[in-house]
Amino acid sequence: MSKTDGTNLRVVLYEGPGSEPFDGDARADALAALLDNGFEVTRPALGGEVADADDSPVLVLGRFDAETAPADRDRVAFRDVTDRSADDVVALARDARDETGARALDAWKPWFPVIDYDRCTNCMQCLTFCLFDVYGVDADKQIQVQNESNCKTDCPACSRVCPEVAILFPKYKKGPINGDVVRAEDVQREAMKVDISALLGGDLYGSLRNRQREARERFSTERDESRALLERKRCLTKLQKDLDIPNEVLMSLPSTEAIEERAARAKAKLARRQSESQSVKDRDAPAPGPTEDDWGI
Amino acid sequence: MTDTRPRILYCNCTYARVVPPSVKRDVLRRLSDSGVAFDAVPDLCDMAARKDPALARIAASPCTRIAACYPRAVRWLFHAAGHPLPDDGVDVSNMREQTADEVVERLLADTAPAGEAR
Ligand code: SF4
Ligand code: SF4
Repeated sequence: MSKTDGTNLRVVLYEGPGSEPFDGDARADALAALLDNGFEVTRPALGGEVADADDSPVLVLGRFDAETAPADRDRVAFRDVTDRSADDVVALARDARDETGARALDAWKPWFPVIDYDRCTNCMQCLTFCLFDVYGVDADKQIQVQNESNCKTDCPACSRVCPEVAILFPKYKKGPINGDVVRAEDVQREAMKVDISALLGGDLYGSLRNRQREARERFSTERDESRALLERKRCLTKLQKDLDIPNEVLMSLPSTEAIEERAARAKAKLARRQSESQSVKDRDAPAPGPTEDDWGI
Repeated sequence: MTDTRPRILYCNCTYARVVPPSVKRDVLRRLSDSGVAFDAVPDLCDMAARKDPALARIAASPCTRIAACYPRAVRWLFHAAGHPLPDDGVDVSNMREQTADEVVERLLADTAPAGEAR
């Protein structure tokens, strides 16, 4: 199962007819423990709206009388939690999750870019920049985040190359990348960083290619692995500093060959886009297509 | 007649430590004690990545109050999940910046305490 597959178990803390109300501490402790262990929790009550029943499995917990506890039915189980601790409640939820095949709490931190389409100009810098195929385009050629789980945890680099400050990482430490309001000075600051060409004194892929090649050549002539690694690290320090890229991500960059392949694919995509927009231009009113500069390659 | 009772959604931000734990716990405790109906989810980001259908039901509600983080982040997370929030009728409180008092006040404004479950 991939990191983004599956449905959570939904736990209902039931206090209606047939169940005694929970004690305040017991309810709050159970709620917090269930959420911390990856379970969705619903507290239904008169006068309020909660999510309707759906296809996800449901576990109803209540302080049921032994005789009145409802019988389990399809995808809905009922358990009595009278005098049970928060740990017991979580254990019951885990059992129900295993029985129903609901999703287990995953070790992944949901870290992926989110696009603010009020700001995005569809320039494709992010698509061109990301080496891990997180971005793609939809049928209308609109930029999209397509492979969330490919994103490298804690790496906000693509948000730093977006000229419009349109890429958010809600779990990032600082604004505006965390979703805080974008101020004029943010746009100005990011615009200075975005100039990918300026970043490494030339085009990004070219720089990465050359620097990796240099490191590899040095490695093959000197047979000195640590020097080659040091060189690679040194060359990428500027990139790391400017874009806030974690070390692990830099060290796991694809091989020179993979980067070259990706650059070739991006160029092919660009060529396709250009020829498509050319045929549209020929057919309809003139509409300028993106240039190599627009794509930063 | 359109139902305008607010649907309350609390996000626990389980997979990261960006929301101050004291604010999260305080808001959750007071929601729990309030007697109003609410949904609590471990992590809205995770649900958006999974395009969880529960987000569609929340987005369809005419009046929603959400306790999570920055409103811009929450809005575009729902959009990313394919279930954009409506322009009106949604109030997002930011537990990264606001106090528990402010958040709870906004979540519970004009909500009648509960009687029995529905
Ligand atoms: S770099 Fe920013 S503005 Fe350009 S397509 Fe990506 S999100 Fe949109
Ligand atoms: S929406 Fe905000 S509060 Fe909720 S999980 Fe994501 S970052 Fe955390």
